[in-house]
Amino acid sequence: MRRVAAAAARRGGQAVLVAVTVGALSFLLVHLLPGDIALRIAAGRYGYDLVSVQAAEAVRAELGLDRPVLVQFAEWLWRLGRLELGVSLVTGERVAAEIARQLGATLTLSFAALALSIPIGPALGVLMGLRPGGVLDRAGLAVASALRAVPSFVLGVALIILVSVELGALPAAGHGEVENIVLPAVTLALGLAAVSSRVAREAMAEVRAAPFFAFAETKGLTRRAVLWRHGLRNAAVPIVAFLGVQLVSLVEGVVVVESLFAWPGIGHALVHAVIARDVPMVQGTALVLGLIFVLLNAAVDLACLALDPRAGRR
Amino acid sequence: MLRLLVTLLLALAALPAAIAEERTLRVVSPWEITSLEPSRAGYVFTRMEVAETLTGADDGGLATPALAASWTVSDDGLVWRFRLREGARFHDGTAVTAEAVVAALERARAAPGVLGNAPIASFAALPGTVEIRLTRPFVALAAFLAHFSTQVLAPSAYDAEGRVRAVIGSGPYRVVTVEPPQRLEVARAETWEGPPPAIGRASLLAAGRGETRAALAESGQADLVYTLDPASLERLKRNPRITVIARPIPRTITLKLNAADPRLADPRARAALSAAIDRQGIARAILRAPEMAATQLFPPTLAEWHVPGLAPLAHAPEHAEALLAELGWRKGPDGILVREGRAFRLTLRTFPDRPELPVIAAALQDQWRRIGVALEVSIGNASEIPAGHRDGTLEVGLLARNFSLVPDPIGTMLQDFSPGGGDWGAMGWSSEAMARALAALSATTDAAERARLRGEIAAILQAELPILPIAWYQHTLAASKRLAGVTLDPLELSYRIAAMRWAE
Repeated sequence: MRRVAAAAARRGGQAVLVAVTVGALSFLLVHLLPGDIALRIAAGRYGYDLVSVQAAEAVRAELGLDRPVLVQFAEWLWRLGRLELGVSLVTGERVAAEIARQLGATLTLSFAALALSIPIGPALGVLMGLRPGGVLDRAGLAVASALRAVPSFVLGVALIILVSVELGALPAAGHGEVENIVLPAVTLALGLAAVSSRVAREAMAEVRAAPFFAFAETKGLTRRAVLWRHGLRNAAVPIVAFLGVQLVSLVEGVVVVESLFAWPGIGHALVHAVIARDVPMVQGTALVLGLIFVLLNAAVDLACLALDPRAGRR
Repeated sequence: MLRLLVTLLLALAALPAAIAEERTLRVVSPWEITSLEPSRAGYVFTRMEVAETLTGADDGGLATPALAASWTVSDDGLVWRFRLREGARFHDGTAVTAEAVVAALERARAAPGVLGNAPIASFAALPGTVEIRLTRPFVALAAFLAHFSTQVLAPSAYDAEGRVRAVIGSGPYRVVTVEPPQRLEVARAETWEGPPPAIGRASLLAAGRGETRAALAESGQADLVYTLDPASLERLKRNPRITVIARPIPRTITLKLNAADPRLADPRARAALSAAIDRQGIARAILRAPEMAATQLFPPTLAEWHVPGLAPLAHAPEHAEALLAELGWRKGPDGILVREGRAFRLTLRTFPDRPELPVIAAALQDQWRRIGVALEVSIGNASEIPAGHRDGTLEVGLLARNFSLVPDPIGTMLQDFSPGGGDWGAMGWSSEAMARALAALSATTDAAERARLRGEIAAILQAELPILPIAWYQHTLAASKRLAGVTLDPLELSYRIAAMRWAE
């Protein structure tokens, strides 16, 4: 129990550090980007048909963008201290409310993708690892390499054309109904499974080559029993750690996939916020993503601790 | 038991009708619902016929009654009175009052947009009538009032701080749910006093990717899909379940030139650059619509502004080279023109929001290289063009200019070609004749005089070329054949759903 508390405290400290660093970095980066920030915000608000220097000046005055950058940053920190994320410069809505809505959509999509990828990736990987160099292993390598090499955008368009346009089986885009999630989730899951199958295969192959595995077989246990009692748990530690990393890297794929499937998630919102120089939105989104990374790492730590108690004792 | 059975059968028989009643028309467009604020994404709610403006416009851009049933103008042209449509009610059941309209107009005038550019002195709310006083006669006022930023919302639409909390309009449809930035659902409004629309429910999905929109149209998962890329358009035309409608709209792809730059100051230099452009080639290969190559600023469909007798902008590279030689430019060893030790190198700024712009920029780079003008292409954000206009660093800008921000192009023309130029229009160029013609055109109602003035404006633009028109624009729509009564509004004021019905 003490070990769990220590791990939690360590991650808690990290969370505060992440919050301040991410906030400062995103603030700095947005201000370093080329172009006049007031003009960009005005373009985001009114669309480029209506954007003019006059509109930009109105935005600058309204938001106090001509004040020193340090003053603006101190203001953000002060608000953050009171757990306020501020108001979006483009939509005028509270950042917290916008993120809550978009994060829900992104997490739903991410977990659906991860859930779909597990039976495809790690499960197949374990089977491949049991017979390294076998037909399944070699075919798996080819398919995984191909899937990993194809950008998720191309994979998504291919799935839309095949499943939605040709077969008419699933909606090509949108959200609000259950079937809307299938195509974006499959697009992401295939990319995830491509890598996680290889990690699982390596982990399983290593366990299979270990002396304890050979001993379990020698002492006469059935293959199934060997796999269940000695194989899976030992192979699971690197796989679980890797799945944690994958959830994090999902964000990268989510940005493109969300735009393609018109999914109202946080990746899509982040891209738009950066283009429109919506500083509070960028900061808030990056902050929430950063904290999720910390949270996921903590969860992975705890899961690995549960799978392999030796790690904590050392 | 028997009665129950009969009731059940009757209910079953009624079921298809009930389903048809509840069928939702699905609209897909690229433009996101970034805000509920009328001056920001207000077009979403006017196009979906939720909110109304005082006036509308027909396909030719002439003002038509909307929330205002009729209007009168005083003899001196300074006092306009708009009589509100009788029985008009907001979706919360309250009557549309002149006070509500005035409040909306005041908001629109304060926000960046078009109304601030009209010479308005004051608004007044009279019983059932809105009075607008002007500082000088301004004929295009009725057109300005069709702009989405002037949409009229109910007093209950605003919160205590004056922000829009819900879009409560007076149109034939009311908002059911709105999920920014991508979804909006509307249903027939019971408060609508006109004939009830045949389509009971409609939804709008904002899909930013052209590929996604095309797939939604192709698979029949959307009934009205707006703004398609040229390649998808060709494929959709062959789909038997879809009607493709394409109409030229008052949006023109133009090159904005900095006429204050010594290399571009002489009209002959601008004429040379214009003659070096193969507009036919660009329209055919990039836009896949050869008829969209611009021969002057406005397309023939915009009958009021297109001048048939004008000598067309033509592709004549030899003429271009001769003009530049006349101006003292000589080819250097690398094939680039040089004058007084300075090479003819320009930087073009453009942006990718309209996907064809960067491709056209690449074509221009090649075409100008052939006459010895080196063009560097810089692709950034749209706001780089007005920013470069203001600080004077812009040399060439490639953009798609909307001349129907208000249905009458005069609104945009005044912004773009008044002395000093405009953020999206002329730069470092001014013409007294142009200023006089524009002022006269905004003041006179005499049809013959207006036509003459428009001809004069077009002739000045064609002779002096402060901007180079490249191609006209098509507004495109893929409509499901399940729908009847589909028309495409070239001014993009409305999706016109209330006038459609299901075909079967």
